[in-house]
Amino acid sequence: MMSNQPKIRIRNLHKAFGSNRVLRGLDLDIEVGESIVVIGGSGMGKSVLIKCILGLLTPEQGSIQVDGVEVVGMKEVEREVMLRQFGMLFQGGALFDSLQVWENVAFGLIQAHGMSRKQAKKVALEKLASVGLDERVAELNPAELSGGMKKRVGLARAIAASPEIIFFDEPTTGLDPIMGSIIDRLIVHSVKELQVTALSITHDIASARRIADRMAMLYEGKIIWDGPVSDIDKVDNPHVDQFINGKAEGPIKMQVRHP
Amino acid sequence: MAILNALTLLGRTFLGFLEATGRLAVFVGKAFSRALQPPIYFRAIGQQMIDIGYYSLPIVGLTAIFAGMVLALQSNIGLARVEAESQIPEIIAFSITRELGPVLAGLMVAGRIGASMAAEIGTMRVTEQIDALVTLATDPFKYLVFPRLLAGIITLPLLVIVADVIGIFGGFVISVQSFGFNPADFISKVWDYLVIDDVIDGMVKGSAFGFIVTLMGCYQGFYSRGGAEGVGRATTNAVVSASILILVFDYFLSSLMFN
Repeated sequence: MMSNQPKIRIRNLHKAFGSNRVLRGLDLDIEVGESIVVIGGSGMGKSVLIKCILGLLTPEQGSIQVDGVEVVGMKEVEREVMLRQFGMLFQGGALFDSLQVWENVAFGLIQAHGMSRKQAKKVALEKLASVGLDERVAELNPAELSGGMKKRVGLARAIAASPEIIFFDEPTTGLDPIMGSIIDRLIVHSVKELQVTALSITHDIASARRIADRMAMLYEGKIIWDGPVSDIDKVDNPHVDQFINGKAEGPIKMQVRHP
Repeated sequence: MAILNALTLLGRTFLGFLEATGRLAVFVGKAFSRALQPPIYFRAIGQQMIDIGYYSLPIVGLTAIFAGMVLALQSNIGLARVEAESQIPEIIAFSITRELGPVLAGLMVAGRIGASMAAEIGTMRVTEQIDALVTLATDPFKYLVFPRLLAGIITLPLLVIVADVIGIFGGFVISVQSFGFNPADFISKVWDYLVIDDVIDGMVKGSAFGFIVTLMGCYQGFYSRGGAEGVGRATTNAVVSASILILVFDYFLSSLMFN
């Protein structure tokens, strides 16, 4: 029987840090196999949203369901099992400094999936090749890599265990436009090839347009608009219009002190 | 009013102490609660044992030999006043095995290992590597903290044995070279005087100090915040707190052992 429940369902999610209420009743559905990009300014809670889903942060209120299973308040052992279906590309790569590149990519396969080191290395080399990195890179340490290479290694690690869901945290931040475009293409290719559900967060609109099937805008702790990427330029929402066109004037007020 | 302020300060300090103790207890509980559930990271445990034990040998050995040499010099001066210079071997053996061996090894390892652990884990925290571990379905307490604690508990007593032997050797060299002791007499006196409890008590202290050093390094690093400055603060706190706790616990352990 086909189920029409979303892959991830978030309802009334609240998360605050002291008096700073970052998420204020966020609702979002992410359908199976779609690539959704959540856009929004810095400090609006995009990373907090991802961390709440992964269990890295605990929301004060609300519900997060993955495949219909509530993950808020889940036991650690159950969460570890649940996380085996996730991959994550971190903003700064978050590669393990003490391990070689191939060990980084193979980490989840060895530690969480119990694969032998020999077999995991083979898979890691395949995944590195799929993001355009050869065997010489596999033997390097993360400190020897450029920013773009770190992102690619991070992407290879995210897809190594063939996850069902992948999160991309600011995948193009800190990269030049060409490398950003290459990373976006790799993300699109990986998502399509693995047929995964993808959630990306970014404030890079050009990148969002390239990788999204659907976009959602996060503002003041809530999703204020979401829809197909093709509709983004036709949206009758002044917040979205200001953000995607990078206008200084509009309803979104930045805390800037003029000289 | 002054009394009220003093009482408030005392109350706050006491509550702060209870809170810190509780947080540490929870930290230790998390590190040990799933320690024996598979997967057990033998490779990480082995690596830590090499880092803590093998690579600390030069610094512990160097400290111990000079401590033994100084002890011989000072004992000679002190014992000469009561015409008991012949007791130098016994004094050296007793002081090194019960006190100087474990305390010096503990303090040296606190400086070397406690600092590097706090820096390494703190950097992993601020660069999202610990979050990455979680997303790869790996418990950071099990993978990062437990191997370090276990390695500290196991290897420090072994370092204490090394410090004992080298420290007594330092005293032996000075006693023979400077004070004209017969080498065979010196060894025979040490051998006849020492009881197994002297060595075992020192090793028990070493084990406790190993736990303290690695716990402080892991705890301060794990909860470090605020980028490079936070990591620097964690490193300092790890060394200072471990050094103070070593001296405090040295007193209490000595009291217990003498009773």
